[in-house]
Amino acid sequence: MPENFAIAFVMGMGAIGPGIGIGLLVSKALEAIGRNPEATGKIQTNMILGLAFAEAIAIYALVVALILKFV
Amino acid sequence: MASGLHISISAEPIAHIGSLVISNSIFTSLIVSFIIISLAIAVKLQSKETNRPKGLQNVFEWIVESLENLVSSVTNNKQKTREFFPFVATFFLFILFNNLLGLFPGVGSIGFLKNENGTTNAYLVPSQSKIESSKVQAAQVTVDGETIKEIDKNTSNDKIDSKAETEHDPEFVPYLRSGTADLNTTLALGIISIVLTQYFGLKYLGLSYLKKYFNFSNPIMFFVGILELVSEFAKIISFAFRLFGNLFAGEVLLAVIAFIGSNWLFFAPMPFYGMEIFVGFIQALVFAMLSLVFFNMATQGHDNH
Repeated sequence: MPENFAIAFVMGMGAIGPGIGIGLLVSKALEAIGRNPEATGKIQTNMILGLAFAEAIAIYALVVALILKFV
Repeated sequence: MASGLHISISAEPIAHIGSLVISNSIFTSLIVSFIIISLAIAVKLQSKETNRPKGLQNVFEWIVESLENLVSSVTNNKQKTREFFPFVATFFLFILFNNLLGLFPGVGSIGFLKNENGTTNAYLVPSQSKIESSKVQAAQVTVDGETIKEIDKNTSNDKIDSKAETEHDPEFVPYLRSGTADLNTTLALGIISIVLTQYFGLKYLGLSYLKKYFNFSNPIMFFVGILELVSEFAKIISFAFRLFGNLFAGEVLLAVIAFIGSNWLFFAPMPFYGMEIFVGFIQALVFAMLSLVFFNMATQGHDNH
């Protein structure tokens, strides 16, 4: 049981940073779209690219959690 | 609870050629390569020079054109575009096809059972409850009469054994596994990308490219060089884990959702399949885009920016 707690803790701590990051990214992107709706396509593409980087950090935590769980 | 959930973090061997082990993800990558190569040959054979391309030729012209526009929008240089484009496009297409092939029905769910007695071919992934699993075993796909007999023998043995010792359940090994959901594949792709970065840097800047790593002009630059050297290896790790983590997490997510909802909510994984298709596309794009940016950065001199 303590192992399961450790796994959940890794995932939970690892999700905090990317959560904040994704929130900031999308809020700024929406602000930019609101100011300049013609640039929606370009902003969206770059936002999704940035989201993939922010998400990757949570994925690292997930990989660690999965390795702890299944290996 | 984990009895029916088949999750394996590494690819499993399915065949041996001499001392070479063929794992299920290598097998799937070979299938993907075969699909891409045969599509390319088919397009090459039927393509004509017209102003109004039709069918397959039209689709492929669109793909090539949009990828080339992407590359040239980053490099702003015709010669660099010509050189980077083949690698970036190959990364994108190979990863995209691998990601999407991993979502096909049958990938990861049809395989064989491995135990001490031998292997049982063409077996569906074990279901979660005992009653369900007997139904699945009765309805499984078999090719010839001999395997049917063998399965019957094994299942009757399993039923007796499962009460006595649940530890020695036969191991389920799928025939196919998405190539990018294996750390070896993604690590190989990452190493290829970083080695190409060094190649392009040396080609465009000559030996002065190495000044980025070995600079003895002052102690601070020397230390920065060491950091640059370390960051190249960090890039490989980051490439490998980003792709592997996203794809493997997607597989685990689908397996868990299907497992939770298998009795009454068999449509539950549907929205997640949509998300996985999106993630597969985005990750292929991110890998190609990052490689492209690294190539481009390596070819620009240190003094220019």
